[in-house]
Amino acid sequence: MNTAGRIFDIQKFSVHDGPGVRTIVFLKGCVLRCRWCCNPESQNYKIEQMETAGKIKTIGRDVTVKEVMDEVAKDRVYYGLSGGGLTLSGGECLCQPEFAAALLRAAHDFGFNTAIESTACAPIETIRMLLPHLDHYLMDIKHVNPQKHKEFTGKDNKLILDNAKILSREARHLVIRVPVIPTFNDTVEEISDISRFVSEIMPGGEINLLPYHRLGFDKYKGLGRDYTLKNITPPEDSKMELLLETAKKFGLRAKIGG
Amino acid sequence: MANFYTQEVAKSPRIQKLIDHLFEQKPQIEADRAVLITESYRASEGKPVITRRAEAFEHILKNIPITIRPLELIVGSATVRPRSCQTFPEFSFEWLEQEFDTVETRSADPFYISDETKAKLTEAYKYWKGKTTSELATEYMSENAKLAMEHNIFTTGNYFYNGVGHVTVDYGEVLSIGFEGIIKKAQSALESCHEGDSDYARRSSFLKAVIKSLNAACEYAERYALLALDMAKQETDPNRRMELALIANNCANVPRRGASSFYEACQSFWFVQMLLQTESSGHSISPGRFDQYMYPYYKRDIESGKITREFAQELIDCIWVKLNDLTKVRDAASAEGFAGYGVFQNLIAGGQNEEGIDVTNDLSFMCIGASMHVMLPQPSLSVRIWNGTPHEFLIRAAELTRLGIGLPAYYNDEVIIPALVSRGLTLADARNYNIIGCVEPQVSGKTDGWHDAAFFNMCRPLELVFSNGVDNGVQIGPKTGALPEFDTFDKFYDAYKAQMNYMIELLVNADNSIDYAHAERCPLPFLSSMIEDCIGRGKSVQEGGAVYNFTGPQGFGIANMADSLCAIRTLVYEQRKYTLCEFADALRNNYGEPMSDLISEQLTATIVKELSAKGREVTPQEIAEIYSKVKANETSPDKKAFYQKLREDIDALPKFGNDIAEVDMFARDVAYTYTRPLERYTNPRGGKYHAGLYPVSANVPLGAQTGATPDGRLAGTPVADGVSPAAGRDVKGPTASCNSVSKLDHFIASNGTLFNMKFHPSALKGRSGLEGFAALVRGYFAQKGMHMQFNVVSRETLLEAQKYPEKYRSLVVRVAGYSALFTTLSRSLQDDIINRTEQGGF
Repeated sequence: MNTAGRIFDIQKFSVHDGPGVRTIVFLKGCVLRCRWCCNPESQNYKIEQMETAGKIKTIGRDVTVKEVMDEVAKDRVYYGLSGGGLTLSGGECLCQPEFAAALLRAAHDFGFNTAIESTACAPIETIRMLLPHLDHYLMDIKHVNPQKHKEFTGKDNKLILDNAKILSREARHLVIRVPVIPTFNDTVEEISDISRFVSEIMPGGEINLLPYHRLGFDKYKGLGRDYTLKNITPPEDSKMELLLETAKKFGLRAKIGG
Repeated sequence: MANFYTQEVAKSPRIQKLIDHLFEQKPQIEADRAVLITESYRASEGKPVITRRAEAFEHILKNIPITIRPLELIVGSATVRPRSCQTFPEFSFEWLEQEFDTVETRSADPFYISDETKAKLTEAYKYWKGKTTSELATEYMSENAKLAMEHNIFTTGNYFYNGVGHVTVDYGEVLSIGFEGIIKKAQSALESCHEGDSDYARRSSFLKAVIKSLNAACEYAERYALLALDMAKQETDPNRRMELALIANNCANVPRRGASSFYEACQSFWFVQMLLQTESSGHSISPGRFDQYMYPYYKRDIESGKITREFAQELIDCIWVKLNDLTKVRDAASAEGFAGYGVFQNLIAGGQNEEGIDVTNDLSFMCIGASMHVMLPQPSLSVRIWNGTPHEFLIRAAELTRLGIGLPAYYNDEVIIPALVSRGLTLADARNYNIIGCVEPQVSGKTDGWHDAAFFNMCRPLELVFSNGVDNGVQIGPKTGALPEFDTFDKFYDAYKAQMNYMIELLVNADNSIDYAHAERCPLPFLSSMIEDCIGRGKSVQEGGAVYNFTGPQGFGIANMADSLCAIRTLVYEQRKYTLCEFADALRNNYGEPMSDLISEQLTATIVKELSAKGREVTPQEIAEIYSKVKANETSPDKKAFYQKLREDIDALPKFGNDIAEVDMFARDVAYTYTRPLERYTNPRGGKYHAGLYPVSANVPLGAQTGATPDGRLAGTPVADGVSPAAGRDVKGPTASCNSVSKLDHFIASNGTLFNMKFHPSALKGRSGLEGFAALVRGYFAQKGMHMQFNVVSRETLLEAQKYPEKYRSLVVRVAGYSALFTTLSRSLQDDIINRTEQGGF
């Protein structure tokens, strides 16, 4: 309970990131630099300043597992009623594996369901530190083409795809999430490629298509950074439906949204 | 396994046509009732008041124009024009006379009034001068109480100007034995009166008045039977002709006799519902447990194949439309407090029976379905939730919530039942509770709850602590001491309690005066015939005939007072950063911000009064100058910086609504300053006072009369509504605000608490959204919250949030993997979300 780590936010009453009512703890630091990232303030591990609504806000604070769990446990009544619990998001929780593992373990000790939203972009041994106390692995697969992946996220996807294969066997429950980003992966071919890959490692598995949104747009300005996807707009509903049908053709349990 | 039908039943095309007809024209004021009651009163001068009431009711029902609107299946309209209103000069009339020329153009609830109607009403009003309940109540009130009301500490406007209403009669009894059955009961009570009994005079005239009123109601229904027959004869469409024949048949049978079918039960219900609102202008005539008392008729007809589920749903939908046909004109100020033409007919579905068994049934689901079909504000639909509530029922209710019309409201049996038992109800009666008006629990057919007895503004007594009891130059409260005398927080807090206690006593004085006035001038024999034990006791509801009697005035502003007193405690007594005098100065100067119009007017009036008292003449031009100076409220840069620092320090303090135990427990204590003193008082009907913690929309107009408060709230802005956190201060999400609000003592506020939450539709998307919502309701209720209602925000609200971000700081937009506080987003992103909200996106 005394393990420390760095987070930048705790959000209550999330209903779209794992089962039931959940509290999301956002850990700071990420290995990828996805251009569409809606939480750019999560990417650097170091504590930084961001301007929000005209005020300078410090992003990031160091906390112990106990401090986090005191806050998370305040909503225990809702977890019990809905099968919900704790979700680690970020950033990438695998950047702070001891802290993340300790949080998941503590949540299980409290009787809460656990989930992580993760890129799985880390050595498999690191990921395995989390698995004993992880109920749901919500894992991003953004593209199967390594070059394009590298161009838009800063890293190629070999490690991620390799880990996906392993996790399809070792994770208690694996859900693949695909952020659908116009100009990056929003064609039928690209979604087909991802779906084919998923159906091969996990026949009949779950896949969520998350439509691109611009809600993080302001934060780039607040951080003094450039938003390189200025010119794209969220996909139309009809487009999302088409991609949903595409994923379903591979026998996957697909849905739009989390 | 559930033993009820949970699927949605289709909407008949008739319903939309009925709704369209209802909303074709602007509501009107009609003169007929006022003219008829005046004629009757002129003729009955000198008779016992109860006799006069019955004769007037009979005279009205014999002569008031009746109409059957196109395509109606359930008939009976209080006005010829749809969604219009009659007037009730016996309660008060002067305000309407004064507003004849503005009532059509005012912003809140405008009504058209023709010159002919004005002339007729003016003529009728000549009779009523000096004879209204309002005038008698004024006579009875103490000078101090009147002074406190003049200074907006509390308002009793509702019952001061109107009938009381706020009641649920025993509809079930009317459906079962008809008015003829109740007449029989009254007759046999009359026969057992002995001429030598000390109360023979009162008792026998009351019983005769009951019989006369009930007969009048039956004959009124029979007028509809004849009208329907007439219309059938002229009708060319054979379908409609058959419908009219059926209507004629129904109206010939009910409400005189017990209902022999579900359709008759619906018609009988409706006559009771609308006639209660013809006898008196009291609103919140609440249908209560409609799904329970209608169920036997539904079950019998469905099982015997007499009706289809679709037709049953159509009839219920028709009733829902009719409930929107009844409106009421209020004075301009009250209209703002009750905006929306609402008459608060609260109808509740689900919950337990007298034995504690869950009795959610097909009709409970169909009630929700009806609200989905009509999408109108009436009835104020409520649902009863407890540990044994079928999950599918809660989910269906959540689906209605998601549609964004603010319905249904959710009530917690697990709190309300013990709370009512603590007020003297039997366990069986408490389990059978329903809700009146906004949020007020009671048991139907036995209670005169006087639920909406006053709005008490908990912020105003704190202003009096700072001014030693003086408001706008007048000593209206006790002298609790000069500020430097409060050397500990406890002394300061005690002064607040002393101001509260004093004002609460005056509130009781005002309410009891009004109570006596209603008993003396407007006893209601028709209503009393359907409330136990009026016939047994031989007296009207207004004279204490009901089994249970209460007075329930509501307080509001808890969140502001909790945050304010916390600020004082921390900044003045713990951190010693500011003195009370500095606070007083900042409040007086509205933290250096411009004053609102209303407050500027009040301050100007005070200044002018003081100048005049010194013998100075003030010219209109000088008054205008004073006003503009007051309004601009210019202060030196130094002072302005000081105020700004103070407000920043206040803002930085923890606030109620964020699941911070110390703050929330303090709020609990602050609520006791209102709820506990009230418990000491009794009313003229032999009942107790108990508190409610809710406003209607009165937190806005009454906030306009409230100066700046130590929580950083500016003068004239709304105060917090009900038990909800102050607008925009709960920033930790819905579970945190639920946890905070549940820490208040909801049991002691047995006249109801109101917790309002706002959601963006994104939070309720999909089954997972509904399940999360259900868990939120159950979680709040598990922690002993009493009531919740939800606004799923519309495009309009978001536009409003762009304009006034400070009020909407807690509004969250949620998508998978991301939530954002709406007001922190840039304008262009906000616009984006607004557009998507309109499309029902996310």
